[in-house]
Amino acid sequence: MRTRNRMGRPIRALAAAAALALVVAGCGTESGDTTPSADDTADAGFTPPDLPMATELGDFEGQVSLLAWPGYVEDGSTDPTVDWVTPFEEATGCEVSVKTFGTSDEAIQLMKSGEYDVVSASGDASLRLIAAGDVEPVNTDLVPNYADIWPFLKDRAWNSVNGQMYGIPHGYGANLLMYNTEVVDPAPTSWGAVFDPDSPYAGKVTAYDSPIYIADAALYLMKTQPDLGIQDPYALDETQLAAAVELLKTQGTIIGEYWSDYTVQLSSFKSGDSVIGTSWQIIANLAQGEKTPVEVVLPEEGSTGWSDTWMVSSKTENRNCAYAWMDHIASPEANAAATEWFGEAPSSSAACEVASEGHCEAFNAGDEAFAEELYYWNTPIEQCLDGRTDVTCTTYADWQQAWTEIKG
Amino acid sequence: MNLSRRTRRVLGALTALVLGFVYLPLMLVVINSFNTSRTFGWPPDGFTTSWWSAAWRSEGARSALLTSVQVALLSTVVALVLGTMAALALHRFDFFGRDVVSLLIILPIALPGVVTGIALANAFTTMIGVKLGLLTVVVAHATFCIVTVFNNAIARLRRMGGNLEEASMDLGAGAFTTFRLITLPMLRSALLAGGLLAFALSFDEIIVTTFTAGAGVQTLPIWIFSNLFRPNQAPVVNVVAAALILLSVLPIWLAQRLAGSDEGVASSR
Amino acid sequence: MTDILHRHPRLRLAGLLGPPMLWLGVAYLGALAALFITSLWTVNTFTGSIQREWNLDNFRDLLTLEVYRAITVRTLLIAVAVTVIDALLAFPIALFMAKVATRRWQKILVIAVLTPLWASYLVKAYAWRAMFSGTGPIAWMAEPLGLGTPGYGLAATVVTLAYLWLPYMILPLYAGLERLPNSLLEASSDLGAGGATTLRRVVLPILMPAVVAGSIFTFSLTLGDYIAVKIVGGGTQMLGNAVYDTFLTGNNMPFAAALSTIPVLIMLVYLSAARRSGALENL
Repeated sequence: MRTRNRMGRPIRALAAAAALALVVAGCGTESGDTTPSADDTADAGFTPPDLPMATELGDFEGQVSLLAWPGYVEDGSTDPTVDWVTPFEEATGCEVSVKTFGTSDEAIQLMKSGEYDVVSASGDASLRLIAAGDVEPVNTDLVPNYADIWPFLKDRAWNSVNGQMYGIPHGYGANLLMYNTEVVDPAPTSWGAVFDPDSPYAGKVTAYDSPIYIADAALYLMKTQPDLGIQDPYALDETQLAAAVELLKTQGTIIGEYWSDYTVQLSSFKSGDSVIGTSWQIIANLAQGEKTPVEVVLPEEGSTGWSDTWMVSSKTENRNCAYAWMDHIASPEANAAATEWFGEAPSSSAACEVASEGHCEAFNAGDEAFAEELYYWNTPIEQCLDGRTDVTCTTYADWQQAWTEIKG
Repeated sequence: MNLSRRTRRVLGALTALVLGFVYLPLMLVVINSFNTSRTFGWPPDGFTTSWWSAAWRSEGARSALLTSVQVALLSTVVALVLGTMAALALHRFDFFGRDVVSLLIILPIALPGVVTGIALANAFTTMIGVKLGLLTVVVAHATFCIVTVFNNAIARLRRMGGNLEEASMDLGAGAFTTFRLITLPMLRSALLAGGLLAFALSFDEIIVTTFTAGAGVQTLPIWIFSNLFRPNQAPVVNVVAAALILLSVLPIWLAQRLAGSDEGVASSR
Repeated sequence: MTDILHRHPRLRLAGLLGPPMLWLGVAYLGALAALFITSLWTVNTFTGSIQREWNLDNFRDLLTLEVYRAITVRTLLIAVAVTVIDALLAFPIALFMAKVATRRWQKILVIAVLTPLWASYLVKAYAWRAMFSGTGPIAWMAEPLGLGTPGYGLAATVVTLAYLWLPYMILPLYAGLERLPNSLLEASSDLGAGGATTLRRVVLPILMPAVVAGSIFTFSLTLGDYIAVKIVGGGTQMLGNAVYDTFLTGNNMPFAAALSTIPVLIMLVYLSAARRSGALENL
């Protein structure tokens, strides 16, 4: 009995202490509010907060802080020969610090801190950043190298609002179907190969571990089940999302593992633990470099892909260095080096003139027809992106919830 | 102890087996650091030392190592101070809420890292409004390191009792003098052991660190995490890990020696 | 100054206890409390900004959605399995270290047990990924026996986590056994008990608090892990993944906070139980 009492007291007292701390905490959190306009903008869908745009540039501030996909900002510390930061630092005196992120969602979370001046955002992040007022409009006149960007990358749904650019395109690529040529026979031509529950490769199929992968299933349904009426894989009403979730749950029975990073997929293709699944060109290149018998194909249904944009934080104190960085990364040399290192098509046409032999061809850079076959990562929101007004679409939060359920 | 010969043999064999289980994957890491394949294939493709020279040249790895040592040292110092204070208070005094305090000290390590990480990150950025940086990592690490120092210190205090300190006080030494001349020397090896554990805990922590590190703060685990993602770097990471395994024997051995000689002195008294 | 301190033990207590309590009681508990306040708010999922409207929606979702129950149960089972495996593996080696090995070997073994703690957690997890691969050492060794690797999934997760946390179980067990007086064991055998009986009726009961102390580590570390399971778990989701994904992938801090209450509650219950056995003194 005595031990019981000894037990109860600390827990109760702890609860009391916690209650006290709650009061303190409540006061603390109340004051740290976010942008007051954030709620209105979300309801209004595409009306971004009215933020000023830089009209002229001044002296460099001496430093700039970047938030980037791994491999987008290299200063030679990874590999002494891979460095497009040092030339920038020497030319501008802006000292670069970088933080990398693994998913678009992580990038959004980190941008909210206001600690980063520039971010490399994919299409599934950019609209959310714009709507929340975390990034500001970009005056492309102040970015000389913007002139060389492929025209089909300018003023797109994922990097502009009402004709106003919110960033400088970095590069783009497709999610491709990769397969082991020794095991998978005949060579697949359709995404059906990864959605077939009776697949002969059950247990060795792999898929991308992110809610955005739901769009891959939606794209497949769009082409194979026209009755569902899917027009855009990022604009799904509840029935359409349910169908995609159903398809992915079925796929779950033949999945060996979900991957979210390079090495994981590379090693499992090399070891034979995975033999077929969605992948990126760079992974295929690396695997082939290691003599793994793999091939990639752009399936007949087309594919999802990414198109990344450098955006400026609305809270930046280093605006001049930020603009200088965006101009630098759009310059032929840096754009070629960065997209080659990551394995994607450059955004600058001039980059193809200085890039290594075959780089632009390997990634179909500048091929507008190829680019138009891709459904770039976008943010699902209530207002259907395909223009439907009679239904509300499922949001990214619904997708996130659905993804948790799919994996179970 | 009079365990039968057979029991001893069985225990010895089991110990060898468990150690085999512990060291097999570590061996794999060392072997892979010489493997020509970039993706840890088995059996190894061939032998190369190029990863070792690449790692030696890697500035990123070197500065990350430095950052980690810095963070671990600072949080160990904080943990040593706070942990010792708490141990002295709890050992010397019987007061209301004593149990709460000991529970509170254990809490940061007993609650899952992901919770501590989110809670502290939220507190830093929205409640206090400080920028995440090196210092926020130190604060977070120190929070869960206190317990290792505390536990070692209080165990030693319980064992040594208060006679010597009382004698010192009776002979006219003040509280600070007594602490400096009596308590601290007796606690030394316990603090060393606790501090070493705190250092190790902080050095290899990634979950709380992920949430509380600011831009540009790269501790070794974070460097490893972001580089295991890169095909060109994975083998270099293997080298760093292999080197750490080999180097780690040093501080542990040193601590053992120091602790050992100290114990000897204590018992001869 | 010294004089005042000498005459007023309360002041000494306050001076000693003040700083650690400010740090843990106010800062750390405050942070936790703020987290749980957040769980009562909602988030604008498009912009990710938090809306301060009080409601219990997050907890309703948590209780009604089947998937979170499944994840909680799975995580608990993994934690129990990891703890049991670690206890079974740690016991013989701790006993050998404490009661059989010579002093010299004792030192060597302590070093051998501590060394893996310094090898990076991530690298060890990746090493196990390589071990479990279809063409890895496990498959390689199992093949002549007509067996294969279990592949990435639950089994791999349990083994990897058990491996990672093993030293945290060995050390308290070793410390507990070292404190166990030899005379007690001698008395037991003098009274006619065999080795097995002595173990069961003398050693284990005394060792129980140490086992519980070790299990606090294995349990809490398992509940909070999301990285190792990503590396070797195939598609397996644990509570840590759910919290991490909701926070970072979903940008839904309030729901992540609500989810965090599950492992926190589990640990608080566990700690109260552990307290009763006197294990907290053995950490």
